[in-house]
Amino acid sequence: MENTQNNKKRKNIHIGAVIIYVLLSIWALVVLFPFYWMLLTSVKDYGAYSSEYIPQFFTAEPTLENYAEAFTAVPLARYFFNTLLFTVLTTGIMMIVIIPAAFAFSRLQFRGRNLVFTLFLSLMMIPNELVIITNFQTITDMGLRNTFTGLILPSVTSVFYIYLLKENFEQIPDELYKAAKVDGTSDFKYLVKVMIPICKPTVITIMILKVIECWNSYVWPRLITDDKAYFLVSNGIEEIRENGFGRENIPAMMAAVVVISLPLIVIFIIFRKKIMEGVSSGGTKG
Amino acid sequence: MNKKNNLKSWLYLLPAILFLGAFMVYPLIDVVIYSVEEGYNSASQSYYDVGLYNFSYVLHDPYFLQALKNTFILVIITVPLSTTIALLISLGLTSIKKLKHLFQTVYFLPYVTNTLAVGLVFMILFKKTAYTDGLVNVLINTFGGESVDFIDGPYWAKMFVLCFYTIWIVLPFKILILTSALASVNETLYKAARIDGTSKAGIFFRITLPMISPMIFYLVITGFIGAFKAYSDSVALFGTDLNAAGMNTIVGYVYDMLYGDSGGYPSYASAAALILFVIVLTITVINLMISRKNVHY
Repeated sequence: MENTQNNKKRKNIHIGAVIIYVLLSIWALVVLFPFYWMLLTSVKDYGAYSSEYIPQFFTAEPTLENYAEAFTAVPLARYFFNTLLFTVLTTGIMMIVIIPAAFAFSRLQFRGRNLVFTLFLSLMMIPNELVIITNFQTITDMGLRNTFTGLILPSVTSVFYIYLLKENFEQIPDELYKAAKVDGTSDFKYLVKVMIPICKPTVITIMILKVIECWNSYVWPRLITDDKAYFLVSNGIEEIRENGFGRENIPAMMAAVVVISLPLIVIFIIFRKKIMEGVSSGGTKG
Repeated sequence: MNKKNNLKSWLYLLPAILFLGAFMVYPLIDVVIYSVEEGYNSASQSYYDVGLYNFSYVLHDPYFLQALKNTFILVIITVPLSTTIALLISLGLTSIKKLKHLFQTVYFLPYVTNTLAVGLVFMILFKKTAYTDGLVNVLINTFGGESVDFIDGPYWAKMFVLCFYTIWIVLPFKILILTSALASVNETLYKAARIDGTSKAGIFFRITLPMISPMIFYLVITGFIGAFKAYSDSVALFGTDLNAAGMNTIVGYVYDMLYGDSGGYPSYASAAALILFVIVLTITVINLMISRKNVHY
């Protein structure tokens, strides 16, 4: 009696696990399918694709022609390079701006420190939509539309990352700082030689999150550039969608989408753990 | 010494203060000024009068009302739905051992993708053209349904795709947060409950849910804020002329007023942005009030 009940229970658990795996797999399929579809479509021959009234799930003759088309018919390489430059410069300058600020808030003693820090934190509540209007006017008035300076300037500070870094800096024991002071090490040298190396994991996480943000940024670049020579990939893809490839060349469009999506997916696969930890420690989206 | 230290500290802060001042504090004041300048002209930088006309104009603009309606529908559908789905998925993930990391990795993928780029794939999957009905319609047909153009067709169909895509995009973040919240629930609580013979549902509603409720509310609040600011998802699916597609959002309305063929009206844009800010602030405050009553900290 006891035994059969136990068996029944075990069987129930088993069925429950199977159902969970099935449901989880269904969602995994929903997530992966668009990626599969873009990859598949990007290697389909244009003629073959156009004649498929019912879309086919496989292709017998994959071709790389669409990729060639994507790079020649539209300035995809240009968009790609622009985005790379924008991402590297923005991330680099941002680190130069936020590291000293986080250092000042975490290590240096000065009058008004708490007040300024509170003011900084309150800026975190300001939505981008509210300030973008004036920024657009400012950049336009400065004649910086369609320049990299105009693209980069408004996004080189982040109060949130200053806060994140400051919290991390503060975990370094005071004794180290005092010892360095006794040795006559300057603050700047201490920051560069001791603090940044110790906090390297956080610094790298911040950089990766910023790179993702830059690579996907769409709104600001769209406002500030209308010259194709300065388009980033997001604007490039919109341009391709509205005017490129004669509209109906979906395979070439998908090839461009693959090229644009690939760098971040590679970064994600390499830094999977870091990215997920960083995001769960306070990144936001959606 | 002290004075020198003071000066040096401000030097470290100087770049951050300069950038924040120029691109956050000043615009914040300026946006309010813009919003009350009536008949502002970008070219001559002049205006007729000061008042609340801009707000009245925006609130009576059919495009804004359409955007308002779209945004509210999007928020009301996606926030509860995505949070619930994320909770179910996270519970599933927590209960398994094998393949857990694989699933987690796969689920996180949409977070690192370019919204505009992948939106194109969704558009192709859902779009009905002269050449093909699209994959989703083929599926619908196999189950005996009629083809629908989800991209240029009826309003409900377009709204469905927008909600679906939005949920697809926001889930990775929510799943990640909820899985780590579930992992941090103290194991001894579960053990104690099992010894007491508490049922599975009892454990979920009396232990799991209260323990992760702060995180759920965090997700609801950020979810509301994020959904109210929806814009690029809609552009990704329906193109840049969202007013023509009838799928504009409040943020889209702001940008349309600022730039492009319909642009050149920073005052209307400012008024609309401030209205959005007030809506988001109100919803957030209501959320916080509810959470203070119900969330177990």
